[in-house]
Amino acid sequence: MQKILFSILFIFAFAFALPVQASEEDSGHEESSEEFDPTEAIFEHILDAHEWHIVTIGEKHISLPLPVILFDEGQLHLFSSAKFHHGHESYNGYFIAQEGDNEGKIVRINEAGEEFAPLDFSITKNVAALFFSIFLLLIIFIPIARKYKKRGNQSPRDFQAFIEPVIQFVIDDIAKPNIGEKRYMRYTPYLLTVFFFIFINNLMGLVPFFPFGANLTGNIAVTMVLAVFTLIIVNFSGNKGYWRHVFAAPGVPLWLLPIMIPVEIIGILSKPFALMVRLFANITAGHIIVLSLVSLIFIFKSLLISPAAIFFVLFMDVLELLVAALQAYIFTLLTALFIGLAVQEAEHH
Amino acid sequence: MLTTPGLGLVFWTTIAFLLLVVLLRKFAWKPIVTAIHNRNQAIDEALKASEIARAEMANLKAENEKLLVQAKEERDVILAEARKMREKIVDEAADRAKEEAERIIQAANENIHYEKMAAITDLKNQLATLSLEIAEKILEKDLAGDARQKELAEKLVKEVSFN
Repeated sequence: MQKILFSILFIFAFAFALPVQASEEDSGHEESSEEFDPTEAIFEHILDAHEWHIVTIGEKHISLPLPVILFDEGQLHLFSSAKFHHGHESYNGYFIAQEGDNEGKIVRINEAGEEFAPLDFSITKNVAALFFSIFLLLIIFIPIARKYKKRGNQSPRDFQAFIEPVIQFVIDDIAKPNIGEKRYMRYTPYLLTVFFFIFINNLMGLVPFFPFGANLTGNIAVTMVLAVFTLIIVNFSGNKGYWRHVFAAPGVPLWLLPIMIPVEIIGILSKPFALMVRLFANITAGHIIVLSLVSLIFIFKSLLISPAAIFFVLFMDVLELLVAALQAYIFTLLTALFIGLAVQEAEHH
Repeated sequence: MLTTPGLGLVFWTTIAFLLLVVLLRKFAWKPIVTAIHNRNQAIDEALKASEIARAEMANLKAENEKLLVQAKEERDVILAEARKMREKIVDEAADRAKEEAERIIQAANENIHYEKMAAITDLKNQLATLSLEIAEKILEKDLAGDARQKELAEKLVKEVSFN
């Protein structure tokens, strides 16, 4: 436990020791037109970025610059996002589009004079948060596994005892009943990883300050990847009965099959699609609501509104804690359910 | 923007998540699940063993009680037998003592009888001798006439004879 705490503190220290860029440029020209735009503020928080904004003190923007990796017509470009000076400047012809279709993306003006977005593999704020969450998961669970080895058949202790019921819950209440006694062991590592990955990222998304607060599980790219993993695992686990159901559903007349097969295939795809959208929408919606409530203070430009706003934010945050666990549970449960449907014995049907 | 997945994030998430699954599977889930499984098995076994031990204990206790009852019964039987034996021995001893006493008394009686007879015989002998001496003395003194002499002897004999 202490080790974990130390590691977290170490990460904090390490993160702050990185060259934090402070812009001292005068943004006076913006001041005149500086009307608080809640939509912009909210979207800035829930969308990805090439730098990790930490805090703004007065006119100073303090943020963690992140590496930009561009793959442009076979050429690899690698430079710090600090070169963009918070999106105000261009570097080597690349700049962050401020409006239009490519808003927020790194673009350059091509020969035709149009904006062109090269392939962007940058370590963005979300990628950094992703790495951080993975690092956390590893330093949480590997020592616990070591503790299990060390303590043998003794009862769990400390953090191990705290996390064991959750692991048992995923195995005994999600994997076992949905997949079946015989095959569930094969899928538990994936289910456990998905559960804890979503859960920890949901929680990290709720913490408003650096190095947390990235809206990772509320990003459709992340939920899409998770859903695609589920899609692949489900369909690679599918047994004869599963595929017969798709291509020759029992009891369906032959002439109906040309209609039924596309419907079934849509069904295969729509299940993980629903997983993707559900997680994305739930987490993003939660963030938007919390941020909107905070924005109320700035919209009304009154401190008097803050007690009410803070009360509602607190209420929403508590609700979001529930949602964080619930969405991790639902994603894992449905994944287990889909796997269970794909591997179930024919006689059960 | 919100609903368009960014290529870079898709790429990194795929790689990172795959890596996470592989690493956690090898270094966390397998050891943890195995350990929990082993522990559950050990608990089940221990519970079963304790159940068996408890049953054995109960069995043993019952057996002990049975043995105790049996021992008590045996003791009672032995005590009763001993009591009977004692009484028999005492009775026999008493009988034998009585017999012996009777025998001794009888022997004593017989002895007394013999002694008495011996004494009488002795007395008779002495009396005869005495009579003879007396007779001698009388004869020496006055043996004048036959008639008187005879009369006197007879008189003497009569006096001497026992009643």
